Amino acid sequence: MIAAGALIAILVVMIIALVRAFLGPTLHDRILSINVLGTKTVLLIALAAYLSGTPGYLDIALVYALINFVSIIGALQFFEQNTSRGPAQ
Amino acid sequence: MRFRDLVAVVMLAGLYSLIASGLFIVMDAADVAFTEAAVGAGVSTLLMLKTLTLTGRYKTPKTSRHIIAFVSVALTGGLLIYGTHDMAPFGSADAPSQNHVSRDYLENSISETGTPNVVTSILASYRGFDTLGELFVIFTAGIGVLVLFDGTGARSTLRPPLADHLVLRVVTRILIPLILLFALYVQFHGEYGPGGGFQAGVIFAAALILYSILFGAAAARRILSDDETRVLAAIGLLLFASVGVMTVLMGGAFLDYSVLTEDPVAGQLLGIILVELGVGITVASMIFRTFLEFEDRQCADEAQK
Amino acid sequence: MMTLIQQLIAPLMLIVGSFLCLTGAIGMLRFPDFFTRVHATSVTETLGAGLILFGLIFLSDGLVEVIKLALILLFLLITGPTAVHALAKAALAAGVVPDGETKKISSQTNGEPPLKR
Repeated sequence: MIAAGALIAILVVMIIALVRAFLGPTLHDRILSINVLGTKTVLLIALAAYLSGTPGYLDIALVYALINFVSIIGALQFFEQNTSRGPAQ
Repeated sequence: MRFRDLVAVVMLAGLYSLIASGLFIVMDAADVAFTEAAVGAGVSTLLMLKTLTLTGRYKTPKTSRHIIAFVSVALTGGLLIYGTHDMAPFGSADAPSQNHVSRDYLENSISETGTPNVVTSILASYRGFDTLGELFVIFTAGIGVLVLFDGTGARSTLRPPLADHLVLRVVTRILIPLILLFALYVQFHGEYGPGGGFQAGVIFAAALILYSILFGAAAARRILSDDETRVLAAIGLLLFASVGVMTVLMGGAFLDYSVLTEDPVAGQLLGIILVELGVGITVASMIFRTFLEFEDRQCADEAQK
Repeated sequence: MMTLIQQLIAPLMLIVGSFLCLTGAIGMLRFPDFFTRVHATSVTETLGAGLILFGLIFLSDGLVEVIKLALILLFLLITGPTAVHALAKAALAAGVVPDGETKKISSQTNGEPPLKR
């Protein structure tokens, strides 16, 4: 019951993060909201695993926790390499 | 709403993957969600960002409007949506996909292959030939990247762009062994839970790519040199194919693992593990090598300027 | 003892954890500039996610589940703050300026407004 409530709360958080991802305004804001969405997806999957009684889902949550980190680092690398160049005309 | 900044588009595509994977979980497709998480949100975002580093980040604005293109796209989209009305409802018992071989697979997977995860038994055993074909596709795509990018033979000597982030470097050093361990778990636990060679290969490659991002391509090449990745990619594919040849030599059909040992179920298990290992090795080395080639090209581009 | 934890403490952790996540999200939506938004989300998120996962650890009974949840908790506790720290550092290096600093910097650059994104 309470886990279901937590699930809904996480969903609301994800929607708000999505709004922020669309609003921007800086790209760092977008990365931040994707980071938030990633961790929230991990929580969502963990809660879904508990609610549906399928512990196999936890593997996916685990892979998300890792992959989310890797892709954030990849995005950061991109910005470190490209900050000096402005928009192409 | 239109994005000219292609990085925002890539980030949103990664986001889409996140949400799609959540959808797959709701529909109880754990293996698909696993793949979507590892490939869609992880590695393809990395590779697309790498591509943008080479091609430039902003789309050149176009003012011309193609009416014909718009009409044909709208028409095709409308037809596709119209087509979904003929699809059986989700989970319906008399959908065509439920009434052919899938019942057989579901009922006989454990008794025939000893594999509780039916997805793995279908992929690696019942439909092993298809998976071999897919592995060939990945291998060929990897070769294509090598042909396109490795012509110059340049090796990246770029200073890793995140070299100043001390916290990241320290944390990543701790994290990478854990990621590799988890990849091995996914590789060899695929018969029992979600996962398998493909996902494990991608996670393995993600760990190596993470290392190369933070410590430079030259450091990453000391782990797996170019010769090694090339040979490993071939070895994985050869392992898969030679298991098939082996079964033929031992008197069975191609990729019919039951003849590998005395006990057919144990033979199936052995075959599935070997084949998944082959998939994992090829996928990991090809993705890692592709990333390194992008890095080399970027270094060559910057040297030209 | 175990039932007390399962019936009282674990739900409490879930509730507090979701509350923290929600406050972080509101902060991410309403705060004025990037750095305050980072602050709002990362601080609440670390504790919120931790509490939710801890609550789930108390609620689940299989040993494998508990180990996996603990691993997820460990990963999130390590990677979350690290990623956000690197992100904020990269943003500062890329020239994103905190809102409150705008005036101070513009007085240094002869009245020209700095690049505010």
